[in-house]
This record gives sequence, C-alpha cells and structure tokens, in this order.
Amino acid sequence: MNSLATMLPVSNLHEVSMRNIWTIAKREYDHYFISPIAYVVAFMILLTIGIIFAINIYFFIQNAFQSFGQTPDISPLTGAFAFLLVLSVPALTMRLLSDEARMGTLELLLTAPLRDFELVAGKWLGSFLFILTIVVITLVYPIILNFVLVDPGIDQQLMLSSYLGIILVAASFLALGVGISALFTNQVAAFFVTLSVFVFLWWLIGFPASVLQGSASEVFQYLDMKTHFYNALNMGSIKLADLVYFVSLIALGLFIGTTAVETRRWR
Amino acid sequence: MIQVNGLTKDYGARRAISDLTFDAEQGEIVGFLGPNGAGKTTTMRILSGYMPPTDGTATVAGYDVVEESLEVRKRVGYLPETVPLYSDMTALEYLKFMADLRHIPNSRERAYETLERVNLGDRADSYIGNFSKGMRQRVGLAQALIHRPEVLILDEPTIGLDPAQVVEMRSVIREIGKDRTVLLSTHILPEAQQICDRVLIINKGSIVAEDTPENLQSRLVGSQRVVLRVRGDSDGLSAKITKIKGVRDVESKPDGSVEFEFAAGQDIRPQVAKTIVQGGYDLLEMRPIGMSLEEIFLELTRDNASGKQSS
Repeated sequence: MNSLATMLPVSNLHEVSMRNIWTIAKREYDHYFISPIAYVVAFMILLTIGIIFAINIYFFIQNAFQSFGQTPDISPLTGAFAFLLVLSVPALTMRLLSDEARMGTLELLLTAPLRDFELVAGKWLGSFLFILTIVVITLVYPIILNFVLVDPGIDQQLMLSSYLGIILVAASFLALGVGISALFTNQVAAFFVTLSVFVFLWWLIGFPASVLQGSASEVFQYLDMKTHFYNALNMGSIKLADLVYFVSLIALGLFIGTTAVETRRWR
Repeated sequence: MIQVNGLTKDYGARRAISDLTFDAEQGEIVGFLGPNGAGKTTTMRILSGYMPPTDGTATVAGYDVVEESLEVRKRVGYLPETVPLYSDMTALEYLKFMADLRHIPNSRERAYETLERVNLGDRADSYIGNFSKGMRQRVGLAQALIHRPEVLILDEPTIGLDPAQVVEMRSVIREIGKDRTVLLSTHILPEAQQICDRVLIINKGSIVAEDTPENLQSRLVGSQRVVLRVRGDSDGLSAKITKIKGVRDVESKPDGSVEFEFAAGQDIRPQVAKTIVQGGYDLLEMRPIGMSLEEIFLELTRDNASGKQSS
C-alpha cells in the first residue's frame, strides 16, 4: 500500500475523510439500482457466466461416466468474468464524473467541503461495491460445485485466488474508468476511450513481449494485464508482484481522476 | 466576513476579472450588479472555493480561499447560476446527501427542516426531475442553506422565476440576510435596489462603482430634476420658472405638470415655490425625480471614452 500513498496527490493520507468517501460511494451505489445500464451489465455478466457454468457441468457429467474427467473448478467461470469486465466496466464508469461535469453538479461537489481525492475515491468505491454485488451473486456457482457436485469439495485455494483475481481486475479497471471519466464531459467519449485503454492493457501491450528480448521483453510482460490474471491468480497462485501490479493500477486510476478534477478547477 | 483584495482571474489570454477589491460585513446583503460576462460568476466561484484566482487574495469568514479552501467551503453556502440538482433523487434525498457531505448530525431531519424553510416541505418525497423551475431554484437555495452558513453566495437567485416566485425569493433572501452575509449577483437593477444594503457595479471585470443604492443615485446625478404640479391651469407657469436663476431645461408635460432641472449643489426649490405661489397658482406637488439605477448603470458601464468624459 506504500506505492498507493506516495502516488496519490494528497499530502496527508490520514487527513482523508472516509466519511466523505462513503457518502459519495453510497450515492453512487444507490444510483446503479435505478440505472438501466447497470441492470443490462449485471444481466449480461450473470447470464454469460450461468451458461458457461451449465456447459461445464454438462461436460463434467458426461466425462464422469467415462471416469477420466477432471474435477471441475471455477476458473473457467472467473476467466470469462474477467473478459466480460473488459467490456462492461467502461459502461459502468463512463458517466461517473463526466456526467457531473455536464450537468453542472460538479460545481456543487467542488464547493462542498470535500477533497478532490475523496470525490474520485468515493466514485470508485461506489462502482466497486456494485461489481462486488455481482461477484457475490456468482458465488452461487462455486457453492453448488462444492456442496452438490464435487465430493469432497473444490480446491479452496484456487477458488479464493480466482475470486481475488476477479476483484483486483475489477477494481483496477474501475479505477482507470473513473480516472478517464474525469477527463471528459461527454460520457460516450469516456466510454470509448476507457474501452480502448482496456483493450490495450488486456491484449495489445503483451505483444512486444513476444517480439522483444531480454529485460525489454520482461517489462512488457509485466505490463500485460491478462498474464497477471490468467497465468497467476486464476491458476491459484497469489504472488506479491501481481498484487503490486493491480494496486498500482488502482492508484494510477485514482491519481488520473484526482488530477483531472483538480485541473477542471483551473480552467 | 468577505475581504477581497486585488483579485484577478485569467482564462487563458482573456482576463475575466481584474484587480477587484471589496469587502462585506456580517449581516450585510451586498449586490453584485453587472451585465452578462462582467465577471460576477467568476468572482463568486473564487469566493466559494470552486476555483483559485490568478492573482490577489480573498478571505471568507477569516479563511483564505486558496490556502484554507476546505474551511471556507464549510462556512459558505453557494447557489450557482445553473442550479446543480440530481433529477433522479427526491428533494429530501438530495438535501440529505448534501447534509451528509457536510457532516450534519440527524441529516434527514435537517434536510426536512430546510425544505420547510423554502416552502417545499410538502414535496419532500417528489423527484426533483418533476419540479418546476421555481421549485428547483428553491431546492438549490435549500442546499445552500442546509448547514446554516455564515456566508451565502447566490448567483442570479431570481433568474427564470415568475413574478410571484421572485417576490417570494427576495423575501427569503431578506430574511436570511438579517444575521448572515449575503453576496448576490443580479443584472436586474430594481432587485439590487430592493434587497441590497450595498451595491457593487461591475463591468468588464472591474468594479466601477460601490455604494448604497440611494447614495449611488445621488452621487452620480450631477443635476436634480423636479416635477411640479399645480391646481388648474398651468399656462404661463413654465415661462415664469424659466426666469428664475439656476433653473434650466424646463419642460411642460402633456398632463399639465412641469419638469425642470437645477445643479445638484444649489437647491433653488424655495425660490421656485415662492414664485409659483406669488403667481397665483395653487402648488400641489414638487417632487424630485431620481435618476434610476438603470440610467446610472448605463452611464457607468458605457464602453466608449466619450461617454466617460461627458459624465
């Protein structure tokens, strides 16, 4: 967490008011439940994961009769979930700050006794809690696997690690999304820029790693987001390097957001 | 309560306000009067802690707006020109949200009290999206009042309201202004005259005049114009008055009254009255006509140099 503290444009992190962050987060969380986009995103994620779960179970049962099947685990589900986040997070974050700027309510928030960082962090926390709600709903699948289908139960560490992975990927994407939303007044522009950045981080940034050699290759390898998820957390390995990567992205997103809000004051 | 010293703000190459200096005491309602684009909103945004100035200093309630922005924001209630509301919230939810941001205990009760104060208690659970312009304006005012601020900054508080709502809004502001400092901007002159203790006239980013509405009028008027009314026939009256020394610009109005002017320093009304009575007329009325703030304003904000010289 040290990197978080040094990167954020707040002189004293202990001065940050959790209460303010919570007030903003709560309003944002409540807002998702009256937002059609949020329902569409939740429905899309839950439906897709449900279908993948059903297919997995189908093959598991078929293979079980042939008695060489693998024990099913939830990594195919979390793997798909991560992919869905690339597409759905931009829709959840696009309006967070851009719409406040468009509607003029940003003026209200910037003249309230609220630090710019608290505003941005609150927006991020609100969206994070919404995704977390969806994540909690999907826990029904590992529970079914664990208590109904698989005896003596699924690999607990793999499950925890995969879910931690999902939560970290979501938190990083959301932080970047909030940051990018702060740069725009138009939410559609924010959506497409956010999506482009995610596509870049998720697919494109890894390519140079396979072309280059030596330490340059390693740098790009490290920047590649999907390897931190698919090749580590979603395979049951929790390593510090991966955690630092995600926490740094969260800090970067909140830093961009806070700086963008501060910059608006000067315009 | 408010002290502004040499305040300057540039937007890129354009200077929005330049070297503004003024202050406002507790319990004073100060009106900021000027045409659109004069720099009223910019000044108010700086005082509310929304944006920093390019140069100069401003303190509100004893705190510097740049160095101690959060302390200033705790003590200021601000109603921006475009009322910032969340249309997906009810009036009560919205005010509770604002009260929570200001760490007010029992925020729901306070939100309700404040709504009652702006006469919206019965619409507390209605969505703001369905509100009329006047109601939205009142919710905005409630938001600015929710923490009982020492200083209230209102940017065009009566804009877009119907006449009845304007009267109501003005009386609310008057009421609030009894024990708080209120800075309000307007481009409606009678409004400034009616509710403000003091008026600052701003044009092109500079203060061009500052005084009470009454003093502004008398200070700027170089000559005093008087209207006369006599009983019955006023024929020949204007000829008699014209002969009095100091009287100029005599004009007989179609309704039988007579208007004339004299230099502000030398009051010749007693001689005029004597002349009229001795001439056998029954004097009914002799009333000075003040230059309206409209005229003062036009005079002060006139762009060209020739206008300035002639005044």
